[in-house]
This record gives sequence, structure tokens and C-alpha cells, in this order.
Amino acid sequence: MNWSWSYFFDYLTNGLMLQGAWTTVWLSVVSMVLGLGLGIIAAMMKMYGTRPLRMIADFYIWLFRGTPILIQLVIIYTGLPQLGIRLNVIEAAILGLALNEGAYLAEIIRAGIMAVDKGQHDASRAVGMTWRQRMWHVILPQATRTIIPPMGNQFNGMLKTTSLASVISMEELMRSAQMLAQIEFRVLEVYCVAAIWYLVLVTIWSAIQVRIEAHYEKPFGPAAAVAPEAEKELKKALQQAGTAKI
Amino acid sequence: MTAPAPATETAMADTPPPVDAATDTPTPRTRREGKTLGAPIVLIENVQKAFGANHVLRNVSLSVRQGEVVVICGRSGSGKSTLLRCIDQLESIDGGTIRAAGHLMGFKEKNGKRIPLRDAEIARQQRDLGMVFQNFNLFPHISVIRNIMLGPVRILGRPAAEVRAEARALLDRVGLPDKENAYPRQLSGGQQQRVAIARALAMKPKVMLFDEPTSALDPETVSEVLDVMEDLSHQGMTMIVVTHEMGFARAAADRVVLMHGGEIVEDLPPEAFFTAPTSEHTRTFLSKILSH
Repeated sequence: MNWSWSYFFDYLTNGLMLQGAWTTVWLSVVSMVLGLGLGIIAAMMKMYGTRPLRMIADFYIWLFRGTPILIQLVIIYTGLPQLGIRLNVIEAAILGLALNEGAYLAEIIRAGIMAVDKGQHDASRAVGMTWRQRMWHVILPQATRTIIPPMGNQFNGMLKTTSLASVISMEELMRSAQMLAQIEFRVLEVYCVAAIWYLVLVTIWSAIQVRIEAHYEKPFGPAAAVAPEAEKELKKALQQAGTAKI
Repeated sequence: MTAPAPATETAMADTPPPVDAATDTPTPRTRREGKTLGAPIVLIENVQKAFGANHVLRNVSLSVRQGEVVVICGRSGSGKSTLLRCIDQLESIDGGTIRAAGHLMGFKEKNGKRIPLRDAEIARQQRDLGMVFQNFNLFPHISVIRNIMLGPVRILGRPAAEVRAEARALLDRVGLPDKENAYPRQLSGGQQQRVAIARALAMKPKVMLFDEPTSALDPETVSEVLDVMEDLSHQGMTMIVVTHEMGFARAAADRVVLMHGGEIVEDLPPEAFFTAPTSEHTRTFLSKILSH
């Protein structure tokens, strides 16, 4: 057996790995936010757009959900320069990940908007809201509740999908591990550490996700049936059980 | 089966306010004492509406004067809800004209031609009409007070502090002063419907439309909503109410209208509607609704 704990612990706090993990975090967040914007636009085009706009949105979703993200990244970084479009590594990674994410989120957002009760459209129109006001103040906030759980899962996936950006030499966690592995050939140790860092990131995110979901669930909670005292009891019980905070 | 020419209506329309309840049955009922009706504020002429092959409204004409309370009843599918939705432009019309609160609903006139309005222009017209729905349709993601404030603050851009004070007064008025921070889910049906009325009133509408406001309620909460509506009618609000609550019609309506097959077949003051209806359909309707 040739497992070295000293290399393992060394890699665990290695500066290059920490930097890579941090890059993975911000790359995921930035790509997700941009992907969310793209997803909202594509969902809107598909649901409320004219025929050409709908077709563009359909094509976009079809294309980016139908091809591997790896090919998308490689085409954007190494293929586009042939057409005179030169992006640096960071730009290419963000663009590829955001475009891919947007296509998935578009369908999630569309489903969320369609899940909003039809009466909400009536009520917001009756109050006198324009289309944008209806969307912004009434429909999207309610769709958010449906959208948040699958979107959280998408972000969980995003944290790991960023590892594919290593093939275009984006220096995130996976790339850091590759570089360290090439220096000292402690392959098992270094990739185990990388795996642990991914686990840490995903676990932290899961905890955040629970809180976000609880926040958006709050107005819809079963509070109608629960008396204030009973609610307090329930909170106490849940806290003691160490599960979730309300 | 044409609508009986509402002779009273034309007479009303031509007479300048205040005409008072001159055309009303002279039975002394305290509720209407001193009630003054103004000029027509809703004027519906020959409105047509079809959903595909299904002709829902046929040549509907109706005039409602300022301060007047008109109850519309009829079997389900008679077109009464559709008529309300057309007045508020939740449905577009296929023919005829609807004038309400000073607007030609859904259209603008340019060189004698009628041009359909864009979404934002329709929204502006809708602000002058309040609508209350069978299923309340409160915004479930925000608290009661924010439900009421959303329109005035976000649409009209009025200062939140001022609107909040008004919203609290409205909650007082509908008997829910302690519910401002509750979410809709935490309220009973009757309470939700009263909040929905407050939400509509917050926009200071000139006309209130009620689409079966008590049909989805538990029997014991019906009266609390009807009380608020009656109160509103006493304060001179113009109201068009689609309902089967004949008690409300008796107590608060100035006219009761019966729709059948997409047409208005009866249009009488409540006293006459219940005791001396002219249409066969009204007699059938009344016998069914009063028999249980």
C-alpha cells in the first residue's frame, strides 16, 4: 500500500487547492446568475413571445440541452477563434456554463410560471397591473416557490459541472488537482482531497438551500391549522431533534 | 326572447340627477331612504361574446347609474360571470360597447374608428373598476396588508406610509383590524373575501364588480361578507353583483337582473322581481331558488 497521510493533509490545506475551490464557488455563482437571466428570458420568449421569438427560444433550449457541455465549452474556447471570436478562459467558461444552465433553467422557470393559479392573473389584471407589473409583483414571486427546489438542485450540479471547465484550462478545483498530481504523482491523495472539497461545497449549499426553501415556503405553510402555542411546541421539538429551523 | 326594453332605464338616463328612486317600488324601506342615484356610470350596449361556437352573450344591454346596486342572477352558464369579466376587460368583447367609469372599455376612438387598446392602456382603465372573485384570488405570497397596498404603491406609485394608513382603515372597515400581518392562507374564506374587497377598494374604484363573492364560502361566513357589501352599498358605492343570495338582493339591490342563455330577460326593482316577474324564466328561477 502506498497511501501517504502526510501528502493527503498537505493537499487538504494546499494554497492551490484552496484557490481552486474558491474559483469553483465564484464560477458557479456567476454562471448560475447569468444562466438564471438567460433562463427567464428564454422562458418568457417561449411563453409570451411572438412565433419567431418562440422558435428562437425553442432552438436555444434544444441545442444546449441536446449537446454535451464539454463540447459546448471546447467549441466556445477553441472553436470560436476560427471565426474571429476570441474569449479568454474565464469568459469562455462563464459563457459556456451560463448558456448551458440557462437552457435547463428555462424549462424549470416555464413550469414554475405555469403552476401559478390562473386566478392570480385575473386578480392582478383586475387591480390594474400592466403585464410587467403582473409578472414582477405577482406571478414570478409565486413561481419562485416552485422554481427554487429544482433550481437548488441545478446549482448543486453546477458546482460539480464546473470541473469540466478544467479541459479549457480554467483554474478551478479540478484543474488545481490535476496540476498538483502532475508535480508529485500522488494521484490518489490529491483527487481524494478534491473530492472532499466538492463534498464540502455541496454540503454547505444544501444547508443554504434548506433555508431558502423554508423562506419561500413560509407564506404557504400549514400555519392556518396550527395555533400559535402548537407552533411554538413544534419549533422546539424540531430544534431539539436537530433537524431544521423554521 | 329579446331583452324586455328596460323602459325605466332610458327614462333614468335622460333625467338629470338627482332623480332618486322615482322608478322604484314605493314600498317604504329604510335602507333606500334618501338614496340618490346619479348619471349612468356603466353603459353596456348590444354586447356580444362567443367562446368559439358557444355564444355566451347575445346583445346584452344594461345601464347602471352612479350609486346604484344591481344584482345579476341566473343559472350557471347564463353568461352573468362573463358579462362581469367583459366589463372589467378580463375578456374582450366581440361586438357592442361597454362604457364604464368614463372609459370606452378596451378601445379608443380615433377619427370615428375604434382601435383596440394595448395591455398597459387597458390596465389604466381597469384601475377605476374594482373586482371581487369567487375564489378570492388574494396574492398568497404576501401578507394581508401588502395585498391591499400593492396596487396603490406599485401601480399608482403613492407613498407607502400614506397607503398603509389607508389600508389599515380599510381593514377596520371590513372588520379585520388585527389581521394585517397574516398571510392569506391563515384566514378563513370569509376573511379572505373581506380582504379581497379591501384590496379592490384600495384603488378607489368608481364601480365595484362582484363575481359570486359568497359561492365558495362556508355557510357560516357568508353573512360577514354580505354585511360588508351591504355596508358598502349604503355608502353609495356603485355595485354590480353576480350572486344567488336573494336576501342580499332584497336588502341592498336597487335592481335585480336575470340572465338566461346569454340575454337579459328581466330587469326590475327587487320588490317587483320577487312578487311580479314578467318573464317565464324568472318564475322558474325563483321557484327553484326559493324552494330550498
